[in-house]
Amino acid sequence: MIPLLLGITFFSFMIISMAPGDYLTTMSQNPQIKAETITAMRLKFGLDQPWYIQYVKWLWNAIHLDFGYSFANQIAVFTLIKAKMLNTLILALSAALFAWGLSIPLGIVSAVRQNTWVDRSASFVSFIGLSIPEVFFALLMVLFAAKTGLFPVGGMKSIDFEYMSYGGQILDLLHHLILPTIVLGSISLAGRMRQMRANLLDTLRQDYIQTARAKGLSERVVTYKHALRNAINPLITLFGFTLADLLSGAFLVEVIMNWPGLGRLTLDALFARDLYLVMGSLLMASVMLILGNLAADIMLALSDPRIRYE
Amino acid sequence: MNKTFSNSPWALFWRHLRRNRIAMLGGGILILFYTLAILADFFAPYGMETQNRSLYNCPATGIHFIDSSGKFHLVPFVYGKVLADRKWTRYADDTTKIYPIHLFPKGESYRFFGLLPLNRHLFGVESDGRIFLMGTDQFGRDVFSRLLFGGRISLSIGLVGILLSFTFGMLIGGISGYFGGITDTLIMRSTELVMSVPALYLILALRASFPINIKSDDMYLIMVIILSFIGWAGMSRIIRGMVLSIKENDYVTAARALGFGHLRIIVRHILPNTLSFVIVAATISIPGYILGEVALSFLGVGIAQPTASWGNMLNQAQSVRVLTSFPWILAPGYAIFLTVLAFNFLGDGLRDALDPRKIK
Repeated sequence: MIPLLLGITFFSFMIISMAPGDYLTTMSQNPQIKAETITAMRLKFGLDQPWYIQYVKWLWNAIHLDFGYSFANQIAVFTLIKAKMLNTLILALSAALFAWGLSIPLGIVSAVRQNTWVDRSASFVSFIGLSIPEVFFALLMVLFAAKTGLFPVGGMKSIDFEYMSYGGQILDLLHHLILPTIVLGSISLAGRMRQMRANLLDTLRQDYIQTARAKGLSERVVTYKHALRNAINPLITLFGFTLADLLSGAFLVEVIMNWPGLGRLTLDALFARDLYLVMGSLLMASVMLILGNLAADIMLALSDPRIRYE
Repeated sequence: MNKTFSNSPWALFWRHLRRNRIAMLGGGILILFYTLAILADFFAPYGMETQNRSLYNCPATGIHFIDSSGKFHLVPFVYGKVLADRKWTRYADDTTKIYPIHLFPKGESYRFFGLLPLNRHLFGVESDGRIFLMGTDQFGRDVFSRLLFGGRISLSIGLVGILLSFTFGMLIGGISGYFGGITDTLIMRSTELVMSVPALYLILALRASFPINIKSDDMYLIMVIILSFIGWAGMSRIIRGMVLSIKENDYVTAARALGFGHLRIIVRHILPNTLSFVIVAATISIPGYILGEVALSFLGVGIAQPTASWGNMLNQAQSVRVLTSFPWILAPGYAIFLTVLAFNFLGDGLRDALDPRKIK
């Protein structure tokens, strides 16, 4: 994991440094800022040195949890990212919960009632969910919110958030969370549902299920105790992929629905050529993804005793 | 004479696919969309950049059969639009004059397939009238025409991107699985590197290494390269896995004994066996590239105005006011949705037709 992170940082530092100009070039166009100030800042941030020296310096500081200084926001990158990352995590986790909470039961129902109208309509809806572009879906939801007024059109908090009671604040947050969660969750919902259905159908055809039925166990016990536990394993492995989809997908949802997360921050930083901020958010997004994969591996080991011996 | 029929695998595959109605529907939609995009000059009543300065954010003109006096017209017609409320940009029909819709009228000239100079379009109205099937955008450009021209970029980027990334993905995966050892380790570590950064973050970081404002032609190329750079990793990992088992076959040993070069064995003897998988994977992956273009252009770092792409046409909709007042600018969204749906339908059908057991 550590070499992977090293590789990612090295690689991303290289491509970002390839970009023509930096934040100070934009600043130097401003006639109100003296040339000496720019030169002094360039020296202070080490921007006059070649990129690999800058990288080593950045890395050394990053090990000490100092991710540098955001030029555009005049604040330490870590402080800025910490707050935004929490918002992205809230959104990603709530979307994951939504997607998994719906896809597993739906997948089970369509597998158990294979080829009935329940199964067919579920697979039809899942095809649509699989195909609807996130940008489009998010815009439709904003349109829906604006036309009906049932949901806020964007953002994370109401204007009077600070004056609400503690419970009111949570309710307000949840109210703002609903539409982004639906948009983001639907990306993985359909895929996971199809996966769950296919897995369960496969498992139900196994010999040991036949044995369990022959023992005289009720169909309920056979399905939910014997088959389900085996069918759910591949889905746990997919949790890492789901998280990758969600983190990447959250980017667009955040921008369209004004959710103050890492995506919005990164986009603004890119436009402003705010080098350290881009690096910081890229790194954080990757760390979240790698940790998600790790969590998936651990969960799989916990649920499947065969894996521990490998 | 007795004739014996034998079906080649491809004939069997085709027969299987043709029976799958949903897959054929997907294929049909795609053929229609690609034809419309390729022949956009002819199908679109107006050019991509043609502006109607007095008709900005104008809703669709609609197609009428019955005029204001209740008279029925056999040839459908449209009314002219006049700005009735400047503050709220509301338009009213000018019912005093009707403009019948003509087939193959003369319009703006263009070069058919870039060669033959023509000025006929599929449909249109007399030159002082306007027909907007889907309304106009903030610069008074016909959304329907731009949708067709934008399809050229958005639809082709998927094909070009997949061609590039799958060629590299197959080759690199083939080399990785065939040689094994240190080559394999190095390649697999670098695919892991690419795959551990959330895709959109990586795309934007790569995009940042080019200047913000780039001409549309160059941007197209840059986007293809960026999207393919992300795409090769997953592909080569899967191909590597397949190559690991294929290379144990006797015919590979035979080819080696015949003294063929490594590259020839990989390209001519091993990779063709992965082809059926690759076709399905490509069909399912193309939407990813289309959506990549849409995301970049939508965020304002992709194809730049005045060139149309489905992504940058949606860019305007970022403002809630524009979105609620002029919802017809969402038209490209429906087009993207239908395209992705069609690719998924077709991909699913292909997977079934190419024996589901072999591909997993």
